[in-house]
Amino acid sequence: MSFFNRMFGNKRSAESAKERLQLVLVHDRTDLTPAELEALKDDLLKAISRHIEIDPEAVQIGLERDGREQRLVADIPLRSVARRRAG
Amino acid sequence: MTAKVVTITSGKGGVGKTTAVANLATALAADGQKVVCIDGDIGLRNLDIVLGLENRIVYDVVDVIEGRCRLRQAMIRDKHFENLFLIPAAQTRDKNAVSPSDMVRVCDELRPDHDFILIDSPAGIERGFRNSIAAADKVLVVTNPEVSAVRDADRVVGILEAEEKYAPALILNRLNPAMVKSHDMLSAADVLDLLAIQLIGVVPEDESVIVGSNRGAPVALEPKSRAGQAFRNIAKRLQGQEVPFLDLDKQDGLWGRLQRLTGGRK
Ligand SMILES: Nc1ncnc2c1ncn2[C@@H]1O[C@H](COP(=O)(O)OP(=O)(O)OP(=O)(O)O)[C@@H](O)[C@H]1O
Ligand SMILES: [Mg+2]
Repeated sequence: MSFFNRMFGNKRSAESAKERLQLVLVHDRTDLTPAELEALKDDLLKAISRHIEIDPEAVQIGLERDGREQRLVADIPLRSVARRRAG
Repeated sequence: MTAKVVTITSGKGGVGKTTAVANLATALAADGQKVVCIDGDIGLRNLDIVLGLENRIVYDVVDVIEGRCRLRQAMIRDKHFENLFLIPAAQTRDKNAVSPSDMVRVCDELRPDHDFILIDSPAGIERGFRNSIAAADKVLVVTNPEVSAVRDADRVVGILEAEEKYAPALILNRLNPAMVKSHDMLSAADVLDLLAIQLIGVVPEDESVIVGSNRGAPVALEPKSRAGQAFRNIAKRLQGQEVPFLDLDKQDGLWGRLQRLTGGRK
């Protein structure tokens, strides 16, 4: 097994290239660094939590590509009223 | 006759812009089109040597712009085709000697007498690039199947799309089908998926490209060269013809997928 294979597992290099490019292009196109995206997520969660109860662990917020357009996609499960009363 | 202005650019340097201009110009001329190419890489003149015309230069594009000669005097006739001309870049000046409106003026003067004006842009997104796209009706972005080249191409495509008038299309150059097959090179479908723009051609890695530029005779002249065939096909597509993509990689049905992704050709 070559040094590179040991370092990076058995994933073929073309696959790594594509995955890495997918991530970097989204950030290049939006001019948003991963750190800025984290800060944005925190602000968003704080704002939503002021109005409705959410489970911060279950929240998924991320940038997605759609052709040449980027979207900020958020999946924010809400705690049900029943569970809230019980808990 | 009113020429279509096609600019060939890239984000990263060295990906094959000059090679593409020389070959597309040659292939278009071989199809009987009246072609003039302009070397837009002021200070780093290259198109002349790749076309084998380096010994014939008297005047250059900056001489035209600054009024030291007439446009006709700066047009060098090709060795192989009498309907192909080169306007060379200035070698001892820098890109600030030219402005976008100068390029528009030069192209407007050339348009009535030609079918195609091809402009070889410098790499990057600065002044030389701005000059080179100023008059363009269509911009071809060249990249290689390699991370840094794809990333830089994406920047350029972003800029071109924001301006909504260049109809950018992609030339994927130096694809190595054997490496794609062993999953050690991004495939054409991968690159198209990442960049999400129209594809106008895929050119394989081919030693005959270097042999051709050594001789000053672009491979588009070489009937058997794979890269030459790919460039001839792109030239046909520029003329509005439908040409199927070369089957560089039969194995995984990639090319069928490609045709669908690009709607055959546009
Ligand atoms: N399909 C190919 N197969 C093999 N070699 C190639 C191919 N395309 C280009 N090359 C080689 O790659 C090198 C760079 O090409 P070229 O000068 O056309 O790039 P460029 O984008 O114009 O560079 P620059 O940004 O410096 O202007 C040259 O040596 C050329 O012969
Ligand atoms: Mg060049």
